[in-house]
Amino acid sequence: MGEIIISIILLLVAFSSGTLIEKRHYKSIRQREKAYLTIPILTTKELPVESDKIESVQLVGDGVVIAGDHFKMFLAGLINLVGGRITTYESLIDRARREATLRMMKKARLVNADMIINFRIETSNINSIQDNSEKHKNAAIEAFAYGTAIRVKK
Amino acid sequence: MIITNIESVPNKKIVEHFGIVSGSTVRAKHVGTDILAGVKNFFGGELGGYTDLLNEARQESVERMTKQASWKGANAIINVRFATSSITQGASEIYVYGTAVRVE
Repeated sequence: MGEIIISIILLLVAFSSGTLIEKRHYKSIRQREKAYLTIPILTTKELPVESDKIESVQLVGDGVVIAGDHFKMFLAGLINLVGGRITTYESLIDRARREATLRMMKKARLVNADMIINFRIETSNINSIQDNSEKHKNAAIEAFAYGTAIRVKK
Repeated sequence: MIITNIESVPNKKIVEHFGIVSGSTVRAKHVGTDILAGVKNFFGGELGGYTDLLNEARQESVERMTKQASWKGANAIINVRFATSSITQGASEIYVYGTAVRVE
């Protein structure tokens, strides 16, 4: 009985801390995304301007590792039994990708880029534990966003 | 050294190809970072230690690739790709590769 109570308390603590952290993160993501709207990101390789108008090109990229909380992993484990959408993972991956993109934009702004072309995102799962029983105990998502920053002659 | 992940260096003509160049690193953090990451994994949020680990590893991979390219006599690398794989818990491999070329 005692063990069950302790694990419920742990889940509640993880739930509240995880929700708080996620809410804050989404708020800051939305704010920064607005600030970076001036630099367009294209996934195409073609140059949107004539090549003789380009001043310089440079590869920019940055990554981030975001971990899920204990409650998220527990819930994911439960949903995995019955199947269906694992929304807790969806928000985790979404946060990692958007954060990585924003950090790449920060670097792009440092080199005074006007736009980014051939934008790509790599996602990988680090911290993966092979043991099946602990499959959902430690999930951390790494997202890496990169692209070619180009500066146009003014 | 100009590095891009598109198929050319805009506004410059490619005069010579040198074939592929690549760089790879396998890195792990010390145990303290791993313990801290385990704690963070309970509450959720960014794992700063691992973020640094992977960014440092990527930088080093790119440096190795750049070194290889300049050794071949290239002054640009085009069509660069990144690949990540986790080897064991707390260690990961970063691989970066591209085509070394010389531009005017």
